[in-house]
Amino acid sequence: MIPVNGEVLQLLLILGAGLFALGLYGVLTRKNTIGLLIGLELMANAVNLNLVAFGRYHGGTDGQVFTLFTIALTVAEVAVGLALVILLHRSRRSTDLDAAADLHG
Amino acid sequence: MLGIVALSLIALCIFGAGLMAVRSGNLVHSVLWLAVALASTSAMYLVVGATFLSAVQIILYTGGVITLMLFGVMLTDRNETTKIGNPSGRRALGAITALAMFGLIVAAVSQTDFLGGGGTLVDTQALGRALLTDHLLAFEALSMLLLAAMLAAIVVARRRDP
Repeated sequence: MIPVNGEVLQLLLILGAGLFALGLYGVLTRKNTIGLLIGLELMANAVNLNLVAFGRYHGGTDGQVFTLFTIALTVAEVAVGLALVILLHRSRRSTDLDAAADLHG
Repeated sequence: MLGIVALSLIALCIFGAGLMAVRSGNLVHSVLWLAVALASTSAMYLVVGATFLSAVQIILYTGGVITLMLFGVMLTDRNETTKIGNPSGRRALGAITALAMFGLIVAAVSQTDFLGGGGTLVDTQALGRALLTDHLLAFEALSMLLLAAMLAAIVVARRRDP
């Protein structure tokens, strides 16, 4: 274990920014619904990393408690999201995002 | 010094695996690269001293989310599902947006002078005490939310017999 000083904090925050940008790229470019969920996971992971880094930098339990909550929330989101993907596949025979364009104006 | 080297190596692991996860043309490979990225993040938590979160990350993400996603891929598997890619029309726009976001955050981080610091290590005992005293209401609400989400997933994905 290493102490988190300003230098390490900056390294962790830049890694978080890179991971968030990667997730954003995935969300914006993927045509497949599960591919989009993977991008969302990467973005949530980047946020968790930032929370842990700041929590460790300032001390106290709040950062880790918040991270625990966001991890559980992400799991709930993925469970419901994948159920919706299966439903989409059953009704449209495809998991392509463009298959669910009924409300497209 | 050794700590910084370990941190940079793990950061490289996370970033490379994340890049493969959003670029891979095969959906199963993509999910497995995501597993590598999440497991490396768990190692990162271990290095900065968040041991309990490291275990939770492995159990919930690598054990739960990845398994769920693989089930999702297999249940909806057809040839056009497994072979996916990034359509070229969206690739440039997506890359520009992501790079702009990255530049914005890095500029903000590099210009900020962070106050405080010198936080001490938080052990699992203190974390558990905080969860069951200060954050008890949120903790219980979270368990209800997880139950509701699991039930909702079952109800939504249930096969209705005609």
